[in-house]
Amino acid sequence: MAEGTTRINRREFLANGVRGAALVGLGALGGGLVASRAQAEDTVWQIDPYKCTMCGRCATDCVLELSAVKCVHAADMCGYCNLCTGYFEPQPVGLNTGAENQLCPTGAIERKFIEDPYYEYKIIEPLCIGCAKCVKGCAMFGNGSLYLQIRHERCVNCNECTIARVCPADAIKRVPRSQAYVIKNQQGKG
Amino acid sequence: MRTVRGRWLQWGVFAVLCLAAFSVFGVQRFPPPEFTETGHQLPSLISIPPRSLLWQYFDVFVLLVVLSLSTWLALKKRSRNGLVWTGIFSILYFGFYRKGCICAIGAIQNIAQGVFDPTYIVPFTALVFGLVPIAFALFFGRTFCAGACPHGALQDLLLIKPINIPNWLEHGLRMLAYIYLGLAVVFAATGGGYIICQYDPFIPIFRLSGDTFMVITGVIFLLVGMFVGRPYCRFFCPYGVLLGMGGSFSKWRVRITPDTCTKCRLCEQSCPFNAINKSSLAEVDASNLGPDKRRLAWLLVLAPLLIAGGIYLGGHTGKTMARKHARVNLAERIHFEESGKVVGTTDASAAYRGTGKPLDELFAEAGKVRDRYVLAGRWAGGWIALVIAGKLVSLAMRRRRPDYEADQMRCVACARCYEYCPQEHLRRQTLYGIPMPLAMAEKAVAPTPATLGKLEPVEPVGTK
Repeated sequence: MAEGTTRINRREFLANGVRGAALVGLGALGGGLVASRAQAEDTVWQIDPYKCTMCGRCATDCVLELSAVKCVHAADMCGYCNLCTGYFEPQPVGLNTGAENQLCPTGAIERKFIEDPYYEYKIIEPLCIGCAKCVKGCAMFGNGSLYLQIRHERCVNCNECTIARVCPADAIKRVPRSQAYVIKNQQGKG
Repeated sequence: MRTVRGRWLQWGVFAVLCLAAFSVFGVQRFPPPEFTETGHQLPSLISIPPRSLLWQYFDVFVLLVVLSLSTWLALKKRSRNGLVWTGIFSILYFGFYRKGCICAIGAIQNIAQGVFDPTYIVPFTALVFGLVPIAFALFFGRTFCAGACPHGALQDLLLIKPINIPNWLEHGLRMLAYIYLGLAVVFAATGGGYIICQYDPFIPIFRLSGDTFMVITGVIFLLVGMFVGRPYCRFFCPYGVLLGMGGSFSKWRVRITPDTCTKCRLCEQSCPFNAINKSSLAEVDASNLGPDKRRLAWLLVLAPLLIAGGIYLGGHTGKTMARKHARVNLAERIHFEESGKVVGTTDASAAYRGTGKPLDELFAEAGKVRDRYVLAGRWAGGWIALVIAGKLVSLAMRRRRPDYEADQMRCVACARCYEYCPQEHLRRQTLYGIPMPLAMAEKAVAPTPATLGKLEPVEPVGTK
């Protein structure tokens, strides 16, 4: 029996040793990573509109059924054009709110007359799917006041953003939480 | 109205020309109006802040509670029912409510990236989810798998008719998880993406959406999981590997019997995950050990060669693996475009060319990434070879086991075997849930090691 007990003790001793070493290792790993976080802030995913090529993958590749990416409108950059190239199809039948004239596939842009010749455009967010058609139209012929942003009330902050994985322009990056949105304005990068 | 439209169309044509000439996106072409007539106020840009950090801490809190609870239920209370309900909670909370993200399995990738990429900040939740269950496993075994992991709990619930898998297949398939772990760390450490998350079969179920490949693998895993116990946990889960390694040194662990094993063999077939090691007390014929010893010696000699081969092969596969990295992929594409091997551009190559950066910069960057992959591939190859060598050596060794016991590496602490143990029924004073007749309960005395010593050791019949 003596042999049996010593064997068990030896095994226990080894297990204790390995466990202790593993715990120290885990502690060092965790401690090191926590220390590296000390200076930094937690991050969220965001699109850099200055890199975005409006490829349309934001609408299709988000893990959410309806993408967390939506179009936002920097009103102070908007020219309030009557012929808004973000709102109208190329060569529209008429410059009115008829569905056949609209570029947006879901009719998510509201057009409102303000004063001659200015019209205001507003994104109806629940309808927007983040397809970037209007963004492209606005960027190509207009001021670039329409742009895509990840809306954080929708984004589930995945470990690895599935849109970032397919983004051809590498435009989706982790940004500090305190600067969760890129605000475009007249002064340029803001 | 006509004239206004005409003016804007002219602007449009002008803009097209501008675009063709400079290809400039989003410049201030039309000055924003002043609104002198109506004094219209600009709408403000609403930006809703991200989900509060408090919720992250709440996730960590829930994890700690569920982990402690399933540890207590598995080791102390020995309650299968309790574990099933804990598992259902985990499926609902971590699975369907949190949409399978954050999860401990994926968190090892964050940690790997955090270690190798100094610019990456590991989220607090990922850190806790990745490390705390391993620390628990060092003391209590894989109790995380029992009730806290939504993936495991989902497969556990769906297991209807477990079939037995032959031992050779079991050992072989379990190697896949080690390979998966190696690859996942390689890709995470080199910035090539999180493959565990990309190919997770249960995420599309928790999210009720996903691409075709994910949905198909999810359905396959669920269907197979009805007959083969926890196929993902056993054969693929990279985190299970780490927990198993921690669990094999655990201080407390799942014991099938609450006190003494009578070797009644009732638990022998109870584990749907092939995690019970049979008792083997048979005396080994010492005169006939020659071939076994020789085999072990050969394997020990072979092991370093195997590892060297693994490192060599790993370095070569590293180059192939590098093509999964977006930068390398892009550099290769642009290289082909330049040399005329392919015609036209992709979205990615067009976007890079649009930035006007020199191509050499991209090629240099991609070359660096590829070197990292070769290095990481060598490590992974060495690791995989080490695991294979270790498996061969361990299979060549014999170990005397006095009792039927749960394998510390494989056991996921599901608590099924407890109910097969007659000693457990004695402890609970019930027979399959029905209170034990008083006379029986009084009579039944658990055998002590002293009384057991008088019994002949039973050699299991019809087993290997």
